[in-house]
Amino acid sequence: MLGYPAHFGQLECLKLIASQKFTDKRIGYLGAMLLLDERQDVHLLITNCLKNDLNSTTQFAVGLALCTLGAIASPEMARDLASEVERLMNSPNAYIRKKAALCAYRIIRRVPELLEIFLPATRSLLSEKNHGVLITGVTLITEMCQNSPDTLEHFKKIVPNLVRILKNLILAGYSPEHDVSGVSDPFLQVKILKLLRVLGRNDAEASEAMNDILAQVATNTETSKNVGNTILYETVLSIMDIKSEGGLRVLAVNILGRFLLNNDKNIRYVALNTLLKTVHVDTSAVQRHRSTILECLKDPDVSIRRRAMELSFALVNPQNVRTMMKEMITFLEKSDAEFKAQCSAGIIHAAERFAPNKKWHLDTLLKVIIAAGNYVRDDVITCMIQLISESTSQQGYITLQLWKALQDDKIDKQPLIQVATWAIGEYGDLLLTVSIEDMDMVRPTEDEVIEVYQRLLWSPQNSATTKQYTLLSLTKLSTRFINSNPKIQQIVSSFCSSLHIELQQRGVEFTQLFGKHGNLRAALLERMPPMELVRQETDAQANGDSEQLETKSDDSPKHTNNESNALLDLLGSDSSDLDVIKTTNTTTQAVTNSNNQDLLDLLGGLDVSPSIPTTDTGLNLISENNNPSIPFNNTNSNFLTGDFFSTNTNTIKEKDVPTLTAFERNGLKITFALEKLPEASNTLSINVTATNTTLSNMTDFLFQAAIPKTFQIQMLSPSGTVLVPNGEITQVLRVMNPNKNVLKMRVRISYTIDGTTVQEQTEVNNFPNTIWD
Amino acid sequence: MMQFMLLFSRQGKLRLQKWYVAHPDKLKKKITRELITTILARKPKMCSFLEWRDLKIVYKRYASLYFCCAIEQEDNELLTLEVIHRYVELLDKYFGSVCELDIIFNFEKAYFILDELLLGGEIQETSKKNVLKAIAAQDLLQEEETPQGFFEDHGLG
Repeated sequence: MLGYPAHFGQLECLKLIASQKFTDKRIGYLGAMLLLDERQDVHLLITNCLKNDLNSTTQFAVGLALCTLGAIASPEMARDLASEVERLMNSPNAYIRKKAALCAYRIIRRVPELLEIFLPATRSLLSEKNHGVLITGVTLITEMCQNSPDTLEHFKKIVPNLVRILKNLILAGYSPEHDVSGVSDPFLQVKILKLLRVLGRNDAEASEAMNDILAQVATNTETSKNVGNTILYETVLSIMDIKSEGGLRVLAVNILGRFLLNNDKNIRYVALNTLLKTVHVDTSAVQRHRSTILECLKDPDVSIRRRAMELSFALVNPQNVRTMMKEMITFLEKSDAEFKAQCSAGIIHAAERFAPNKKWHLDTLLKVIIAAGNYVRDDVITCMIQLISESTSQQGYITLQLWKALQDDKIDKQPLIQVATWAIGEYGDLLLTVSIEDMDMVRPTEDEVIEVYQRLLWSPQNSATTKQYTLLSLTKLSTRFINSNPKIQQIVSSFCSSLHIELQQRGVEFTQLFGKHGNLRAALLERMPPMELVRQETDAQANGDSEQLETKSDDSPKHTNNESNALLDLLGSDSSDLDVIKTTNTTTQAVTNSNNQDLLDLLGGLDVSPSIPTTDTGLNLISENNNPSIPFNNTNSNFLTGDFFSTNTNTIKEKDVPTLTAFERNGLKITFALEKLPEASNTLSINVTATNTTLSNMTDFLFQAAIPKTFQIQMLSPSGTVLVPNGEITQVLRVMNPNKNVLKMRVRISYTIDGTTVQEQTEVNNFPNTIWD
Repeated sequence: MMQFMLLFSRQGKLRLQKWYVAHPDKLKKKITRELITTILARKPKMCSFLEWRDLKIVYKRYASLYFCCAIEQEDNELLTLEVIHRYVELLDKYFGSVCELDIIFNFEKAYFILDELLLGGEIQETSKKNVLKAIAAQDLLQEEETPQGFFEDHGLG
């Protein structure tokens, strides 16, 4: 209490409550309300005291007891004292009646079964004059109706009563007792409106009966003060929720529109919030307030800006997409960092859905990646690259635009650099020849381009991924540009000694293309055919897969490269899924082989020559398969999954792989795929796959397994320790069972999510026995 | 239904807390700490509502004191502001231009007034006069019980 420990006072409180003096009781109950919670043993004692006081003759003692019961009622207490409360609801004293009604409300909330006891006493509460009893009665009925559909039916017939009470409140003259700045008892009005909403929901007849009064409240309420707006707000909610007339709904949306212009930020906030809820029901009415909503994007209050942004995106449609997106991009440029990711995602989504033409779509995406910088989501890069590739007529134009954006290079715009270098690499020749009649731009010269590339590649601020894009792009330019080959060759070969292993590998490989294998270069670096993908699917997949890549190696670049999806695409759906290999065609087999060589190659140090045929196979394969571009990322992803394939290729040829779910809780799912190793019949290989269906990262993921002593277990290292949303981690266990016993396993999982460490333990007993046969 | 009400000072000191839901002490402390830091960090230009877990938090500052209520999704946040205002008016009437010190030294009175205005997280009385009348009657009852000169005898007068 007051920041000091006071838990030792619980028993003292009980003593005080048991005292005869009102002073003692008053303090005792106060202490009880503050110090006790439902888990206290003293509850039994206090239930007795309450029972005594509920039967007291002093109204204030009864009042105190009811008040305490209302604050700390536990389910047991509620059951024990429900009948007392019911008796008090019929008390002649209004002071006690209103408290008893709220106690009943509280009891029903805790123990809904007790509802029936209170039904008879409740009806009469509405015929009261006293506002205290009325409001508590309305509250109680609302709770009852929300609790049981039967009661809801039962109370449908009180709609006229409620309407009458509400009407009296509006029309009644000034009554000083209940007046709040010119509005007569707003508390009661709001409660009644809420009850009407509950009663009128999905009921045409009841809704009909309240249309008039709602319209009356909506038009007659004074709006200069917060109280008036409170009532209007509740009215709007009711109108939206019941089956009201069309005209009334328009009125309601207009009220919200007026709210948006209000000086009070709180009112603007509730208006946006309510509009957000209703926008899907009645878009056209909300559309009319579009300009006001857009105005709210400039509000000084962050939460209002956020609501306005969400609402704006909800309002976008094919007709207004151009103007809306213009506004949103202006907003994006000016907004704080926290908005950028969400806002850019929203714009991209809207652009994708409603783009009037490709040029506009490309322009919009370009503006987004310029304005949002590093905040754009990774899949945007893929998306944009794909779009550029698809829209053959605009390639020259957009490449030039990207070039322009690239020139005033900013290190905080890695996605921009990536897209720009990709496009320039692909369409470098167009960049030099595109017609610039209708554009206010200068065509760059080859030297200028090379210079910018040099700057990008040498800048320490650019990420490794960006440099990988740039390096490949530069190599491609060697076939697009006529005079710059020596210079390009020089830059590329300087990467042969790069400290970054990925860049080094590329440097070495590309250098070979300029030397010994120069004859292959033109064919290898040819422009890619347009990618016409089914966008939705590939995007989703691109996400998941790239994230998976990330989890597999910590230094793996954070980006989505469409080239690796294309490969994964080709492999089937999920690279960790063992079925993949069953469906393997010769191509993938070859790729897998080459992986292994790559792996060897990498391990074998810097011996260049054996890698060349390997890379060549890789490259050729990829170009045969219309794989969009940069081959080295394939090597990357293959390398990462390489050992996985090689461990399993030989094991899963013959029979179906039984899977079982070992664990599923709090968004974490762990499945076991069981296989027998053909070369050792008593050895079971378990592929553990952990998937994260929450929205947060799980870090420090650790999977441990224990089995009885008669078994032997060997755990291979997991594919990672970070489980991103929708990502997965795989790990292989080998269990040796020389005695063919029944396998049981105890599993312990620990991870950190949102800063809290979670540890879970479970036992897996449902291994199929047939597995050992 | 209002789930809890907190009063705390500009310095983050909790002055009054009223819980209408049962939470263990530890959780109450955690919630309190979290909300106090969140609200104190908000700028005056921001609106009085925030979404916190599945609750709506409504707060308002009166002089150096923050009044903060947690309500459920279907509750009316503007009305909650009115409830807070009503409570402040009642305190003001009772203490005669209330200040933070009144609540520190007479916290029990502040609780009594709140208990006459709200019960189980819902409004029980909409008339200011009735609330004050009930409090005055109970105070009178207390006074009658206290023997004349009791405080003086104990050096408290």
